[in-house]
Amino acid sequence: MNDAREVGFELDGRPVSAAPGESIWEVARRLGVEIPHLCHRPEPGYRSDGNCRACMVEIEGERVLAASCIRKPTPGMKVSTCSPRAESARRMIFELLLADQPALEQAHDPKSAFLGWSRRVGIEKSRFPARHHAPPAADRSHPAMAVHLDSCIHCNLCVRACREVQVNDVIGMSGRGSHARIVFDMADPMGRSTCVACGECVQACPTGALFPATRLDESGLAVQGEERAVESVCPYCGVGCRLAFHVVDERILYVEGRNGPANHNRLCVKGRFGFDYVQNNERLTQPWIRRPDAPKRADDLVDPRDPSSRFRPASWEEALDAAAAGFARIRDAHGPRSLAGFGSAKGSNEEAYLFQKLVRTGFGSNNVDHCTRLCHASSVAALLETIGSGAVTAPFEECARSEVILVIGANPTVNHPVAATFIKNAAKRGATLIVADPRGQALSRHARYKLRFRPGTDVALLNAIIHVIIEEGLYDRGYVDRFTEGFDALAERIRPFSPEAMAPLCGIDAATLREVGRTFGRAESAMIFWGMGISQHIHGTDNSRCLISLALITGNVGRPGSGLHPLRGQNNVQGASDVGLIPMMYPDYQRVAKPETRRFFEDLWGRELDPNPGLTVVEIMDAVARREIRGLYIMGENPAMSDPDVAHARQALATLDHLVVQEIFLTETAFHADVILPASAFPEKLGTFTNTDRRVQLGRPAVRPPGEARQDLEILQELARRLGLDWSYRGPADVYAEMRRSMPTLAGISWERLEREGAVTYPCDDEREPGRAILFADGFPTESRRGKLVPANVTPPDEVPDDEYPFILSTGRQLEHWHTGAMTRRATVLDRIEPGPTVQIHPSDLERMGLKPGDPVRVSTRRGSIELATRADRDTNPGLIFIPFAYFEAAANLLTNPALDPFGKIPEFKFCAAKVEPVASRSAEPAPRA
Amino acid sequence: MEGNTDRDVSAPAIGRRSRSGAAPRSIPKGRVVDPRDREELDRILGMEVPRRDLLIETLHRLQDACGSLSLGMIAALAERMSLAMVEVYETATFYAHFDVVHDGEAPPPPLTIRVCDSLSCELAGAWSLLEELASEPSLSRVCRVVRAPCVGRCESAPVAVVGKRAIDRADVAAVVAAVHSGEVEAVIPVFEDLDQYRSRGGYAALGRCRTGELTREEVVDRLDRSGLRGLGGAGFKSGMKWKLVLQSPGPRYVAINADEGEPGTFKDRVYLETAPHRFLEGLLIAAWAVEADAAYIYLRDEYPHVRSILSAEVGRLESEGIAAHGFIHLRRGAGAYICGEETAMLESLEGKRGLPRHKPPFPTQVGLFGRPTLIHNVETVYWLRDLIERGPEFWSGQGRNGRTGLRSYSVSGRVVSPGVKLAPAGTTARELIEEYSGGMLEGHRFVGYLPGGASGGILPASLADLPLDFGTLEAHGCFIGSAAVIVLSDRDDLRAVARNLLRFFEDESCGQCTPCRCGTEKAVQLMSRDSWDLPLLLELSAAMRDASICGLGQAAMNPVLSLARHFPEILR
Repeated sequence: MNDAREVGFELDGRPVSAAPGESIWEVARRLGVEIPHLCHRPEPGYRSDGNCRACMVEIEGERVLAASCIRKPTPGMKVSTCSPRAESARRMIFELLLADQPALEQAHDPKSAFLGWSRRVGIEKSRFPARHHAPPAADRSHPAMAVHLDSCIHCNLCVRACREVQVNDVIGMSGRGSHARIVFDMADPMGRSTCVACGECVQACPTGALFPATRLDESGLAVQGEERAVESVCPYCGVGCRLAFHVVDERILYVEGRNGPANHNRLCVKGRFGFDYVQNNERLTQPWIRRPDAPKRADDLVDPRDPSSRFRPASWEEALDAAAAGFARIRDAHGPRSLAGFGSAKGSNEEAYLFQKLVRTGFGSNNVDHCTRLCHASSVAALLETIGSGAVTAPFEECARSEVILVIGANPTVNHPVAATFIKNAAKRGATLIVADPRGQALSRHARYKLRFRPGTDVALLNAIIHVIIEEGLYDRGYVDRFTEGFDALAERIRPFSPEAMAPLCGIDAATLREVGRTFGRAESAMIFWGMGISQHIHGTDNSRCLISLALITGNVGRPGSGLHPLRGQNNVQGASDVGLIPMMYPDYQRVAKPETRRFFEDLWGRELDPNPGLTVVEIMDAVARREIRGLYIMGENPAMSDPDVAHARQALATLDHLVVQEIFLTETAFHADVILPASAFPEKLGTFTNTDRRVQLGRPAVRPPGEARQDLEILQELARRLGLDWSYRGPADVYAEMRRSMPTLAGISWERLEREGAVTYPCDDEREPGRAILFADGFPTESRRGKLVPANVTPPDEVPDDEYPFILSTGRQLEHWHTGAMTRRATVLDRIEPGPTVQIHPSDLERMGLKPGDPVRVSTRRGSIELATRADRDTNPGLIFIPFAYFEAAANLLTNPALDPFGKIPEFKFCAAKVEPVASRSAEPAPRA
Repeated sequence: MEGNTDRDVSAPAIGRRSRSGAAPRSIPKGRVVDPRDREELDRILGMEVPRRDLLIETLHRLQDACGSLSLGMIAALAERMSLAMVEVYETATFYAHFDVVHDGEAPPPPLTIRVCDSLSCELAGAWSLLEELASEPSLSRVCRVVRAPCVGRCESAPVAVVGKRAIDRADVAAVVAAVHSGEVEAVIPVFEDLDQYRSRGGYAALGRCRTGELTREEVVDRLDRSGLRGLGGAGFKSGMKWKLVLQSPGPRYVAINADEGEPGTFKDRVYLETAPHRFLEGLLIAAWAVEADAAYIYLRDEYPHVRSILSAEVGRLESEGIAAHGFIHLRRGAGAYICGEETAMLESLEGKRGLPRHKPPFPTQVGLFGRPTLIHNVETVYWLRDLIERGPEFWSGQGRNGRTGLRSYSVSGRVVSPGVKLAPAGTTARELIEEYSGGMLEGHRFVGYLPGGASGGILPASLADLPLDFGTLEAHGCFIGSAAVIVLSDRDDLRAVARNLLRFFEDESCGQCTPCRCGTEKAVQLMSRDSWDLPLLLELSAAMRDASICGLGQAAMNPVLSLARHFPEILR
């Protein structure tokens, strides 16, 4: 405490000391002196604004009082927090504000911070008349949030929440003086504004003026009840936000963000408002077995509310016996490789670990994979090839220290919304943001360079940038010499890829390409984020190689503000891969093909293991189609929606002799099941989850599974026993302990430590170490200890547009719906915001076809066709269309091309040729609102 | 999204999952820019993408071209400038002179008549003028009549402004005549132009600075010794301010506050419209002294004639090589008194809402665009040439009643000849009335006066012999501020006077802090009652003085405090 910059001053007569930058309010709080506060929110990311004046203190020698939340003490300053002058001014603030509030019994949130403080300073009623102009009427236009500005105290917290913390830039203060008013966009109803419903404003509001709609009754008052909060993490996406489930009457009433390392209290619409799927009445609550009179059909559609049309209810014993017996029969008749398993990137590490162990030891082959194959397989292939490690080299938060940030082939405001907030924060702070994507996106507004390049020309674009950096000598010679190999070959091979030569290919003019190359090359620190736009191509591995080369030649790995960060799609896709839910590797990426590794696991697991790597997701489906694989165990995945050319996948599923689906809903995959095992949803289970930053975090149960539904770990164990395995884990902690024995990266992360700290980053060698966030400061885990520079050639997409199929079709997610929609489309708020499938198309293309926004069309490719409504969207360039794949009723993957990247075996979801034709509207009703 | 009708186009009969059953979105969330608005914007701005700090300027361009600001245009502009719609919207709605037209609203008529209702004009009958104009049938279809805060022509009260043309001593006939004859542009008065100014020795002082004949230290020293204090109202010692700015590393800026808006004040207008180059030379001397990278002039929108003059004369300075091209930025306010507060002005110069900033840090360290900034009132720099040419004694040698320097008193109200009275600092109200303003109007008996515009409080005639200067009135609960002296008579209702002033503050409060936003509004309500709850008003006054962020809220209750102190009998 003797830091030279410490400031000694006097607080209420006693000598105290302030840390550098500490405000008077913060010092007071640290010392237990309570000062009221309304507009000040002592949470990360919130700038003190000093507008409410509830925290005024008296400073000796100053003419007026000072707001303690923003005022920094100076040496010798004498501050009084409780002088009569300060106290009466503070009371007057509350009395003024209270005059304009609804009557106490009409308070939208009787437990609001404002009313709490009012009572504490002794103000229960006001002598002042209410404001002479009526407050705006209640705005209930948004399904997630209620707006009652009659409670607003103009503290501006929602504006800072929206503009400075989450940077969604929807909320503002319009007008001025007593007519100042919180507005959304341009005084639009919240539900018709650009609001993305992150709910940050609701969490910040100290009055209940902004409040979760689910917490209000019919008359707009807060639901009261015995409430408990369970700290956990979010099950959506790889960001891994920490949150608290607030449970009333054994139901999740609402969710709040918590100060986790990845999110600092922030959440997105899914994490905050997307949880009532857990309580959906379509949840599977008992086991089902296929009825003998219900033959499998590839195009079968089952009503998820009524499985009895194809299945009959069964007891757990019967279902488990049937499930296990089916596998045993096939294994014994056709050999271990006739079975396969798809685990899940949504489940816990423990579930993924046990699942792969079950397949490897119970089924007896390495035919185990999961949807990582469909998202970052090519990125991982390139990363392993070049730098020897498939995970991110730095957490996304590191962008706070970057000079330049490149986001390519990713739409993080939609797919990783909370990570995107940190990128936006960095751009506001002054970092140069480069957004490269064929589609426009919300992040582009913050970008210095918005490169909307031609779809599928990633290598051309990136090679041109690398060309500039090398030809103009902007690369980091020292770093290249010390830590890379293959530079000369790269420099030689990159020569023809000048910006001038690449501009016509990628559609970005040469001058801009040069500028971007120079900006990136000259940056002191730069970070690269990428997503499926890079990976889901037949040249996905080449795309990633370019990005890695870009980082390596500029020395942007292993330093603060630098790094390679493939944004992970699912909440535990990192962890599932880490624990061996992939066909060629055991836990911790130890190769199946390596005999000594195999022997280690044979010892650990007490079984002989298949020495050959197994098949990947798409290969397994092909093997099923060829009848080489006859039995499949699927836990929490939905290949009938998520595979490319899904008609083919469904056909394959229907030909299986034995399909066991362990699920929480009757998914499109479960339509084809022989046995359905009802499992647990995320908020019902305990386990560890690893986010995109390599942070291992603990998820905790908030509610119990419905009906007879069981914990997934329990089901796995029951099946294992029936397959002759002697498993007796008492719970996730036991599984974790075994897992950790085979995973050196987790050496320092014990279960007890996770219970204590909530989150620890791996690799972590010791219990006392924090875990290494930034990796590879001094070389790479490759044989040469150097990063490999692998040149890439321009490869055209597998299927290019022609006269018959003139459009380019790209697919992906949208903000509200996650993956195949099984969870999110059953979440009331998310469904109300995005209720149905659309094809996003440029208004000029619509106009050319004589269509209005909302008109139905048929979109067809060489593989299939779907009908859905149009959405006019200028973010989609003319000639390009985009369809989210979450909608079973217009499944985008009926259209996609299954052509694979040769290295990562990832399909080309981002590019195929399509045609769009108008179809007659089925109803006479007018087109949806424009 | 609303409604529960089933309009899915392709859902199969079973397995429906959309519980709302609503139609899918046919456009992205929120408003979509209408291509016609985009084209309109192209027509007005061409290919230009305005910088963020030029938002207010750009809104003026759009409104000048379209007559008002539709939400569609705001959305198109936001898209052009890579701003969120709300960023543009909240700025546009903060300023009184922007007419934001919401969906379904009719745009305002092409012509606006603003009737000044600030104190001097109210005393001169502004309210009856307002009422008569509002009910004047020949105006109703072609224009709208609105009340406006002080337009800075108090010597000619009451004032109406038809379009951009100010009508002094306005009556209905004069306004109607102006409307019907189409005389709606500002009248440019005769002023001393560059040639005249130079022929009278203008810009020689600047030349002596620039050639090195005078050093920076010498000039700062002269300023110091003259005792010149900021003449915008705060009275900060100018020499000290220059030194503070020079202490912070560059780049630095100069920002001139020409947002004269304190009711009763019009001296800056008079100097700008008669001797613009004396002001501009002072500005360039100050910029030279603090080694500024650029100079900004924030001119209130109520002075369009001054804008024409300055814009032309700055152009001449540039072509004559006296000022570098683009060195002087002339910026246009948009109707917000608060932007006369120096940090609110900085925000407005950055293209944002005019919310005062917290101090510290002070603008001398963290000012415009976060850089050290020398902020001066127009009149302060106006005197710099004289200080250099005539030495510090020119200023320090003047004064009366024990005070030093000169003051430009804006005298209005119940006197025979109101106007700007250049008089020695320390001149008393009685002297101003008797010696400089031809005495009281016939039939009016002097009962009291406002020594410093709306904020400076009210003093009784019994205190008319106080020297009027910085620091001389504080003991009586008042201050001189911008030296706007409004003279009141026995025919004036002092409670109505106080209500007028509070209504002004309520209208002009930025709304940022609670005591000012709520306090002014509650005070007006309490003061509109037949009987005032004085104890509550005094309690409120104390909190507003102690807890408001800026001078507006801190001083807003001065009229009430003055009445309670000096005129207790009328509150009984």
